[in-house]
Amino acid sequence: MSLLSTQAVMKSFGDNRAVNSVDFTVRQGEVLALIGSNGAGKTTLVNLISGLYRPDSGRIDFDGRDVTSQSSYERIQAGIARSFQLVNLFDQLTCLDNVALSIFSREGKTLRLATLASRDRAVWEEALDVLRQFGLDGKAAIPAGAISHGERKLLDVAVAYALRPKLLFLDEPTSGVSTREKAPIMDIVSAIVRAGGITVVIIEHDMDIVFRYSERIVVMHQGAILADGAPDEIRRNDEVTTTLLGTHVSGEAV
Amino acid sequence: MAAPALKILAWAVPLGLALLIAPHVVGPFQTLTLLYGLIFGIAVLGFNLLLGYTGLLSFGHSAYFGAGAYTVALMVKYFKIASMELFLAGSVLMSAVIAIVFGFVCVRYTRIFFGILTLALSQVLWSLAFKFFWVTGGTDGLRIPTPSLLGMSPGTDKMEFLAFRYYYYVLAVFVLCAIVMWVIVHSPFGKALQAIRDNETRAEFVGIRIRRYRLIAFVISGVFAGLAGALWAPLNGLATPDVLVWTFSGEIVFMAVLGGFHNFIGPIVGAVAFTYLKTYAVGLTVYWQLALGTVLVVLVLALPKGIMGLAEIVAARLRRPR
Repeated sequence: MSLLSTQAVMKSFGDNRAVNSVDFTVRQGEVLALIGSNGAGKTTLVNLISGLYRPDSGRIDFDGRDVTSQSSYERIQAGIARSFQLVNLFDQLTCLDNVALSIFSREGKTLRLATLASRDRAVWEEALDVLRQFGLDGKAAIPAGAISHGERKLLDVAVAYALRPKLLFLDEPTSGVSTREKAPIMDIVSAIVRAGGITVVIIEHDMDIVFRYSERIVVMHQGAILADGAPDEIRRNDEVTTTLLGTHVSGEAV
Repeated sequence: MAAPALKILAWAVPLGLALLIAPHVVGPFQTLTLLYGLIFGIAVLGFNLLLGYTGLLSFGHSAYFGAGAYTVALMVKYFKIASMELFLAGSVLMSAVIAIVFGFVCVRYTRIFFGILTLALSQVLWSLAFKFFWVTGGTDGLRIPTPSLLGMSPGTDKMEFLAFRYYYYVLAVFVLCAIVMWVIVHSPFGKALQAIRDNETRAEFVGIRIRRYRLIAFVISGVFAGLAGALWAPLNGLATPDVLVWTFSGEIVFMAVLGGFHNFIGPIVGAVAFTYLKTYAVGLTVYWQLALGTVLVVLVLALPKGIMGLAEIVAARLRRPR
């Protein structure tokens, strides 16, 4: 069953067709990797799905409804969440506050201004539980701006996860992290999303991570989908290997 | 969660007692200076909901303070009203309406653009007060007699009225405002504002409609300033365009920076400290603006977190050696 599908989605910036008639489907419960070289249109596609941009033409369906004309706010309500390649956190707030805010927002409580936030025990317990799952409970009382980069990458995912989305986009969850830290981060994230039954789309440049953690891979190239299949099929696909993986293996050291 | 509440009581109780007995200990001149400080404290508390908690620097808070003061003056002039409670209600309403209209425009922008817009809009109000002299009295302003408090007439001794009964009246409103603001900044809404301050992109992606939240904060902020303006009017006895001009907005910013806008009570401390500083600087020298300017420069360079920031550093040093 497909949770999300786009039909002939187009987006141009000037003469540049960033996303060119893309049919992209995400099935319920899968962990999908979206790969492609820089400028392939991955991020634009995610921005179209999350509602940051409107497509020039085409249609986007999510969870059985046409969301093409919905605002990003409505899509968040519908269950689409995302993490960020460049970490976006509330740096002066504690790690616990960062996660709690997602929960307050999800429960529609952020407009309450006559009650103390600290009184809502259930929210704080859930927030602490989320931090515990991500191995960040020791940092609960520390401002998000004062923890290590690897921890910030994890917290960024935790903030999106705490929204309890149906579909979670992870935009390069291990970018800027040392090679040694990458696998532990991905182990934690993949265990949590699998346990929570959350459908995940990972945008990732690191091919080791892509092949190890995803069940299906979609390859984009010059605004279009070049290949779509299980990791083994993609690895054997000559076209992908030459146009993409070849450049990636050499490009990875950068 | 009980620990912070205890910590607050530890300084709030002695401070409250000091404020309660102040009129009986110090002379009327000191009491009135303190009274001005408390009134500005309410305005700066409101101002800091935008600066400290939402990350928006308003350079136009004179508009709401002045709107509060002029509402009182016009209620006296046109409706012969003398009740302080009606003045407060009228000012809250007027400042809320103006803050909704101005805020609707301003919250579309942030940083310097937000600051300049708030400044420009406040100057519109100033020019109205300045030019429509048949309504506002122009630069002569409008007189405001001593009001009745809770239906009780003010009596004939104005000094006695201001230094005692009016002082306690303002103190009660001040405490109420401080409690209301404390609850707001510690509510889920207050957390959302701080999230917007720290990272608006992320705030949007956890489902917070940032413009709506900024507008609500803007209106609350304006209402606090308007309420302060209404309390200020009978104390000053005269509403002139001076309370609408942008340099007064600058003084509100100064007070917040002086006290420390990263701290909840910083704005109150800053407002009281600034009032004393200005009173004595004006009394001592004709170059009082130069003196205040020097203080501001030293403050920004040496104490960016203001008096409360300094207090925190001192408190941390005292705790450590033991």
